[in-house]
Amino acid sequence: MIYALCLILFLIGLYGVLVKKNIIKIVIGLIIMDYAINLFLLLVGYKKNGIPPIISKGDDIAEFARNSVDPLPQALVLTSIVIGLGVIALMVAIAIRLYERNGTFDITKMRRLKG
Amino acid sequence: MIGMTLIVKTIAQWIKSFIFLYGVYITLYGHLTPGGGFAGGVIMVCSFILLTLAFGKKKVLSKLSKALASELDSIGSLIFLAIATLGMSIGGVFFGNFIQKNIPGREFALLSAGMIPLCNIAIAIKVGSSLFMVFIILAVLRVVEKEGRLEMIQTEMREDE
Amino acid sequence: MLIGSIIALETSDLLAAVISIGTVGLVSSVIFLFIGAPDIAIVQVVVEVLVLVVMIRATISKDLTTISGDRELFGVVVSIIMLAVIFIFGIKVFSDIPQFGTNIISLFEGAPSNVYLSQGLKETGAPNIVSSIILDYRAYDTLGEATILFTAILGALAILRQKTKRKTKGK
Repeated sequence: MIYALCLILFLIGLYGVLVKKNIIKIVIGLIIMDYAINLFLLLVGYKKNGIPPIISKGDDIAEFARNSVDPLPQALVLTSIVIGLGVIALMVAIAIRLYERNGTFDITKMRRLKG
Repeated sequence: MIGMTLIVKTIAQWIKSFIFLYGVYITLYGHLTPGGGFAGGVIMVCSFILLTLAFGKKKVLSKLSKALASELDSIGSLIFLAIATLGMSIGGVFFGNFIQKNIPGREFALLSAGMIPLCNIAIAIKVGSSLFMVFIILAVLRVVEKEGRLEMIQTEMREDE
Repeated sequence: MLIGSIIALETSDLLAAVISIGTVGLVSSVIFLFIGAPDIAIVQVVVEVLVLVVMIRATISKDLTTISGDRELFGVVVSIIMLAVIFIFGIKVFSDIPQFGTNIISLFEGAPSNVYLSQGLKETGAPNIVSSIILDYRAYDTLGEATILFTAILGALAILRQKTKRKTKGK
């Protein structure tokens, strides 16, 4: 049931990329898709009444290994969030250059690819 | 007037040290509590962003110039690769934890876990300098009208013409 | 979260749209805290603040006025029909995944997470299992991510560089 909410968030981002004419709205759609994917990856690794994967002093290791949530999706999502930041910085730099060359953010008015 | 009002400037001067110290703490204790290199590096550079917003570009660039930030970026990345190659030559595998296998420390202490704190420090320096350079470039460029066409020039932040 | 994202896409003021993205990221970070991932919650909050700063810098004092309408009606209708078809197929797929909350790593005996959780402290000496995964067991992925960040920032700086005017060499 909660996976369906992640899918709806992803489809809202996809609608923003397909339909909108403003470049900033397209970049916002890509950001929303990024958040939805990270959320879905973490929700797969959840365990009911689980504890975070950090060992404190005086813990029993076998008990801890039975109760904690899955640590592997957390390591992968950490990488994915930082990569998303780099890609958004690059897209915003391209958008600023396009504004300087064409005078507007509207993509139906940008026809020439070079020159 | 360059920068913000007097109240904002005073508070920014008091708080910037605490923010930097918090970033260093999250980086160094990355193997004991949640955190690590990425979060610590970004928090360390947030204190510089606060100074840029409150005081203007000139004062911050006198403390950390663009050339120094670019060199720190490369140095952090080279230290990370040097640790990985040392692991290959001493331990036998790329990125092997050679310190932990030869000199195991006490558990739950600050100087334990081999090469993990060193890698955290290298990644924090690298990520912090990269994001500082991006912010400085985005903060000083402004698109203005000039002789009929748009052109990008470099200006001071928040300067009233 | 859904309402914030719909507002971000439909409003005609660019600054309001960028600020509505902040709510999506903040609610996402609170959900990460309830799931049991404090490491990820810290990184998500900090990175989302930086994304807001970069986007606000791109939209302020530029073309802030409204753009009239979307693309023509035929394109919008076809896109919505295609998204509805993807949604129906997606719901069928999600009924095959194990229920939300079941312990996936106990279903498979040879799952690597079992080895990481039980042997992590002895082999690496770090109580934070997520740190020992990204810096000892899977350090190659961290090297790839550092390279991607370096290259993306280098590309952004190269695009925004100005041509310096050549001063005429005097006599």
